[in-house]
Amino acid sequence: MSLLEIQNLVVEFQTASGPFRAVDGVSLKVDEGEVLAIVGESGSGKSVSMLAAMGLLPWTAKVTADKLLFNGRDLQAMSDRDRRKIIGKEISMIFQEPVASLNPCFTVGYQIEEVLRVHTDLDRKARWDRAIELFQLVGIPNPEERLGHYPHQMSGGQCQRVMIATALACNPKLLIADEPTTALDVTIQKQILDLLMKLQAEHGMGLIMITHDMGVVAETADRVIVQYKGRKIEEADVLSLFESPKSVYTKALLSALPENAVGGRLPTITEKLTDQQIFEGAVR
Amino acid sequence: MTPVLEARNLKRDYHIPGSLLKKGKTVHAVKGVSFKVEQGKTLSIVGESGCGKSTLARMVTMIDPVTSGEMLIDGQKVDIAAEPLSSDMRSKVQIVFQNPYGSLNPRKKIGDILTEPLIINTKIPAAERRDRAMAMLKKVGLEEKHYSRYPHMFSGGQRQRVAIARALMLNPRLLVLDEPVSALDLSVQAQVLNLLADLQEEFHLTYVFISHDLSVVRHISDDVMVMYFGEAVEYGSRDQVFNDPQHSYTKTLFAATPRVDVEAIKARLERRKRA
Repeated sequence: MSLLEIQNLVVEFQTASGPFRAVDGVSLKVDEGEVLAIVGESGSGKSVSMLAAMGLLPWTAKVTADKLLFNGRDLQAMSDRDRRKIIGKEISMIFQEPVASLNPCFTVGYQIEEVLRVHTDLDRKARWDRAIELFQLVGIPNPEERLGHYPHQMSGGQCQRVMIATALACNPKLLIADEPTTALDVTIQKQILDLLMKLQAEHGMGLIMITHDMGVVAETADRVIVQYKGRKIEEADVLSLFESPKSVYTKALLSALPENAVGGRLPTITEKLTDQQIFEGAVR
Repeated sequence: MTPVLEARNLKRDYHIPGSLLKKGKTVHAVKGVSFKVEQGKTLSIVGESGCGKSTLARMVTMIDPVTSGEMLIDGQKVDIAAEPLSSDMRSKVQIVFQNPYGSLNPRKKIGDILTEPLIINTKIPAAERRDRAMAMLKKVGLEEKHYSRYPHMFSGGQRQRVAIARALMLNPRLLVLDEPVSALDLSVQAQVLNLLADLQEEFHLTYVFISHDLSVVRHISDDVMVMYFGEAVEYGSRDQVFNDPQHSYTKTLFAATPRVDVEAIKARLERRKRA
């Protein structure tokens, strides 16, 4: 049984000029202990599909799916109350802007404790100990002192570590990381990715890595889904994707990497490809 | 030939004023950096956030005065703290910023954005300003019909094209590019990098390219300077720096950059299987 199974997910937003389809029939599966990367350019619906699965989209969004199962339980049929028991506990999420996704009015310690207060029966003392343990886990020095700090007193990399600590507070089965390193420097990016991969392996979590960066995909994923304008274009294990991409779009994307053309001009095939060609060249 | 830009021991300090309870302090953002760029060449400045690369860009663009050291543009010494800058000098150096969503005035049409540098710095009549803006739009791969549209009607890549067009309106000698492609998607990034290469060739432009993305830097530069805590820890030709990095920080930086080649992925999967 897969940890998360999504079949034919469609997300529509009502706009002034009629409904806009942000996700158009995406299906995916993640197993325990597996790292799935969803890669695509902006507007490819990669974040929206995950937010939809977690039920975090505003009411203006219309979400439909043939199947939306987490650990065998149907997320669509569930009441909001029941779903909230799973979200944040068994599925948790890390967002792109670490500084913006923490509440500036509370200390980081309070924010970690809050997750534990909602989802566990631990008493105050046990929650505090767990928070210290989590800070040690994600590599923040002097946890006792740092727990009393506000987000603005920490650097971007440290804030992202706090976010990871909060996400891991209840030992989730599935972690969704939405562009976790996009706002960070390369050296910090390396540290955070290494940390995520280490924790993923230790806890045997399923990890969904949403990114636009082929480098991050190459460094982390087992399996990759390439999305374009809300549709799945290609799905493959990471090695075959980079070694022998099947769809026209993936080929074009990989050829646009600056690494693949030192000096001279970069091929810009995607510029000439029409949506029609991209969708027809999809390999699912 | 005199280099387009030469910096000798450039320093910049920022003073943070103290208060009743706190003592003021001085931040040394750039601590003595020297370099030069010849015409038609690209110097890339690499480093992580807070290393002083944007401060350096502000000094080169003559937005911020230098604290000490000398800066020569076309062999002419500039010090904006000592004397006001002539519009002639101002038009020699132009800048393109990182975020094309923040650097274009949302209340102005593209045409007005493009002609504004001409209004401020030259006495060119309106009709000619318009012609030049139209011509520049085509040069950067946009169309004449875009002249009377507003920035919000464009995609990120198109806006960055507009920002580049605006920077080129005064026929600058030197273009400072402060992370011009880091907000863009991969395929759009490739288009903008190609555009920059074409424009460099056509106008014999000199680029100072600021970036934290080493794969882009390797693609575009002639010379590379690596900065760390306000100091230039490595400076040399592209091949020198990439093939034989000397400083430990440069090596750390290279090691941290994700690799997309098949061999690296195979090695990682192998390690993962064993663990």
